[in-house]
Formats: sequence, structure tokens, C-alpha cells
Amino acid sequence: MTKVLMKGNEAIGEAAILAGCRHYFGHPMPPQSELLAYLAKRLPEVNGVFLQAENETAAIHMTYGAGSAGARVMTSSSSPGMSLFQEGISHMAGAEIPCVIADIMRGGPGLGNVSAAQADYWQAVKCGGHGDYRTIVFAPASVQEMIDMTISAFDYADRYRNPVVILADGVLAQMMEPVTLPAPTDHTPDSKKWALGNNFKEKKSGNYSTSIFKAKEELEEHNWGLYQKYQVISDHFRKDKPELTYEEYLCEDADIILTGYGIIARVLQTVVEKCRKRGIKAGLLRPKTLWPFPVEAFQQYAETASMFLAVEMSCGQMVEDVKLALNGKKPVYFFGRAGGSVPSDFEIFNEVDKLAGRN
Amino acid sequence: MSAKVERIILAGFGGQGVLFLGRLLAEAALKADKNVSWVPSYGYEIHTPTANCSLIIAENQIASPMITVPDSVIAMNTPSLNKFSQKIKGGGMLMYNSSLIDRQEFRDDIRLVEIPATDMANDLGDPSLASLVMAGAYAKFSNLVTYEGVEEALRKLLEKQRIKEDEINLNIEALKQGFKYVEETRYMSGRYAHAVFRGI
Repeated sequence: MTKVLMKGNEAIGEAAILAGCRHYFGHPMPPQSELLAYLAKRLPEVNGVFLQAENETAAIHMTYGAGSAGARVMTSSSSPGMSLFQEGISHMAGAEIPCVIADIMRGGPGLGNVSAAQADYWQAVKCGGHGDYRTIVFAPASVQEMIDMTISAFDYADRYRNPVVILADGVLAQMMEPVTLPAPTDHTPDSKKWALGNNFKEKKSGNYSTSIFKAKEELEEHNWGLYQKYQVISDHFRKDKPELTYEEYLCEDADIILTGYGIIARVLQTVVEKCRKRGIKAGLLRPKTLWPFPVEAFQQYAETASMFLAVEMSCGQMVEDVKLALNGKKPVYFFGRAGGSVPSDFEIFNEVDKLAGRN
Repeated sequence: MSAKVERIILAGFGGQGVLFLGRLLAEAALKADKNVSWVPSYGYEIHTPTANCSLIIAENQIASPMITVPDSVIAMNTPSLNKFSQKIKGGGMLMYNSSLIDRQEFRDDIRLVEIPATDMANDLGDPSLASLVMAGAYAKFSNLVTYEGVEEALRKLLEKQRIKEDEINLNIEALKQGFKYVEETRYMSGRYAHAVFRGI
């Protein structure tokens, strides 16, 4: 396979097309706008639908509509737009409608700035919409992973009839790296028995999709049904596909385990290499899915490592999940930069050096 | 410059073509089967006089695509030189556009390469060719990309954009002049000897 240079934003767009997505509704917002520009050009070439909605609220509800009809559909935005998506995501989770949402995080709160940040972990992973629901969250750390995870995202969205989020940051979205594109897959909405419009001939009434359950008993049953589904998803990743949930680097004999996702994980790998050269036994444990969180991997190394350091481009969000995963077994420290800054390998190394008690 | 990895920061005014210059070297590196990462400045930063991109070309896998200590800096204007020249690794290289940057006191632990890129580009009739002059010059120093590789990548990139053949040739001429300028100017006797020359 020949490699081509691609921007992260474009890679997500091309991967969506390869996964059989032919419907996209979105609104431009940096640093995600190239994704729209790319799909505006590419989707018509494959007889797809590209629509720039009047705002993100409209875009997510158009996505809801296309998803209800069984189409593989995607929308995307950057942080402030993701906030507007939350209502629609909650509705889609409630009505069990699959879709893929790419969130390219920028600095916040409010309009913040367009620099890369990771301050929307809570929003994406803990779910910013209302109600008891969860979304699968993938966290790519390279342009190649943006392709692979986008394709997985479509598969999992359909498999579990649930929204799936690709959570990346401005650096990953803007940077170019060589990638290998996999073969395209076909997808027909007709194969979804539950989709609106399908089964119309047999049932004479068509299908029905909703997130409203007026009776308490009915809603409670629905809630526990969803809860069960989330357990099944969690078990699937934990037992069948742990390789999709995390990646480790030199963890086996590590004293200090560094953890971070997305672009930070790349910087952390450089830090680990530097630490090893200076005789500090550091390792890297990188979550690739943020929900389900790779709890077992952390528990496994709680036995061997003496401490953990979570590094994020926020004031500390994922660190809470690291603490929950370790359940008090080992101390968890945090280092972060906010406002759109990517911490340098030097800064992080100094922090590790301090923790290692060497200065 | 280590033979296995080259970390380059390319910086200048928006419109001087620094992002394209990085992209071009990245394409050439990819064709030569190297690993490569290209991180641009964007948004607000692209409107400042120090628009830049970070380019890493490597034999091995690239961990962090962010550059803290560059092996080389290519500076197209004075603000970029001021911002990045102090960060260069000892023994690294500062290549700068001497048409727009006055010679000044520099660190003596780096190799200096002065290229009057904007003047050379003006002589070819288009100041925006200055970045290509720099690309040609950089190819002379690189261990990981060759001049031929960069020329081929440039042709492919421009053909993809449906640029006319005579324009492509003009672009390639700028590249070639940059390469030749470095080749023909004898200043590399000492490894970190300062370049003391100007004009062509």
C-alpha cells in the first residue's frame, strides 16, 4: 500500500467515506473546518450528501434524521459547537440512533481560542447531554489512528445503535502524517431492520423511533435496557478487544507510569525515552478509548509501578478516571497546561524528574 | 545534524510560503520512504509575522511531532529569526533569508547559512518563489532528502494543482538556484564556520 500525506481533518473525512458514510451535516469552526471543506468536495464525487447547516444545533438534528433512516452519517465540530450538539446526542442516545461525531477540541470555556486543548474530556466522556446515557469515545494519537478509529466508530455505532465520538485536538487535526488508506466498505441502510422506512411493506406501518417514554415504568425499563447495553459494550472492549482500548510502552518494569491521550501521548513517548536515557524507569500507558476506560490496564500496573502521572492539556479531567481506575492503590499525580498550550517534553521531564526524587 | 532525524522549524510572514515549503520537504521525505510529521501554526498565529511549521523527517518512528529544540531553523524574516534562532540545538543550522534580514551578532555554536532568497526570487520575477529557493538550499544540507527528490515532489504537487508547465518550470528553476547557490558558495570549510558572503 502506498502512503499519502494527509491532514488529520481530511483523514477523518476520507475514512468516513471509506466506511460507507454518504451523509454529512456540519458547520465550520476552526480548527475543524478543513473536515467540512474536504467532505464538501469529496461527498458529491461519491454521490453523497454534504450539507452545511445554519448552526450546530441544526446539524446534529439533521444527523439524527439521517441516522434514523439507517444512513451512515457523521457530523463534526470544535468545542463550542460540540456544546450545541449535546441536546441532539442525548436524543440520539435515547432513541438508540447510530452516528459518528468528531470533536476537535480547542481552548475554552466560551469561545476560548482556536489552539489545541483537551478541556472537553468531561463533556465527551461523562456526556454533556441530559439523561443516563453513554457514548463510546475514541482518542486517536496519530493521523493513521484518525482513519482507523473513524472506521471503527462507524462499525460500533451501527453495532450498538449508539452515537460514537472521535475526540481529538487541534494539533492532530491540523498536522500531516503519512497514512495508509484501507479498502472501502459498502453499506446499505436497507440492512438495518429497525430503521425508519424499512419493513414498511411487511408491517404496513413502518418503524418507530423515539426517546420519549411517558410512563415511569416504561422509561425505567428503557433506562435499564440502555444500562445493560452499555455493560455489553464495556465488556466487549474489555474482554474481546483490549488492544483497541489502550497502548503501552515500556510499562513492564516501569516505576513511574505516565498517562495521557491524543497528542500528549506522543509527547509522553519522547519523555519516556528521555527518562530511560537518564536512568528513570518510566513507562507510558495511553488510553485509546476514553469510554470504556481501560481500567484493567491501570489495575494491572498498580501492582508493579509505584506512582502514576496524568498529563493533559487541561487543568485535570482524565486524571479523575485514572484515580477511579486505581481505586487508591497507588498515588496519582497531575501535570497540565491550559489555554491551548501543548506542554513540551522538557516541562514534563522536569515534572517526572521531581517525582522520581532526583532534584 | 544527526543522520537519523531532522527537526526543522520553518517560519516567516504569512504568504512567504513557509507552510508550502514544509509540505514540499515532507512529500520529498515520504517519497524517500522516511517517516515524517508536519505541524503548522494555524488560526491566530498564522496572521502573525512568525507563521511557521514544524517538520520532522526521520528514519525511525516519530514520537512527538512537536519540536522544542530544532536541528535547523529556516527563517524568512527578522521576527522569525528572533523568535526561533535561540532554540536551535548546538551544532545545528540557521538558514535565513538575507534579502530581508540584516546580518547581526549570532550564536557561534551553530552553522549559519545566508541565502538572499527574496532577491533571487525577484530576479526570477516572483518574490513568492523565495521559499522554493530555500527548499533547494536545504536539500543540499539534508541527509534524508535529496535535491532530485524535492524536485520530483514539487513537480507532482504543482501538477496536482493543475499549474501550467511553464510555471512549474519557473518554480523548479527557483529550487535549482537555491541548491546551486549553496553548492557554489565556498564557506563550508570549518564545520560551524560562519557564512560570510552575500549576493550571487
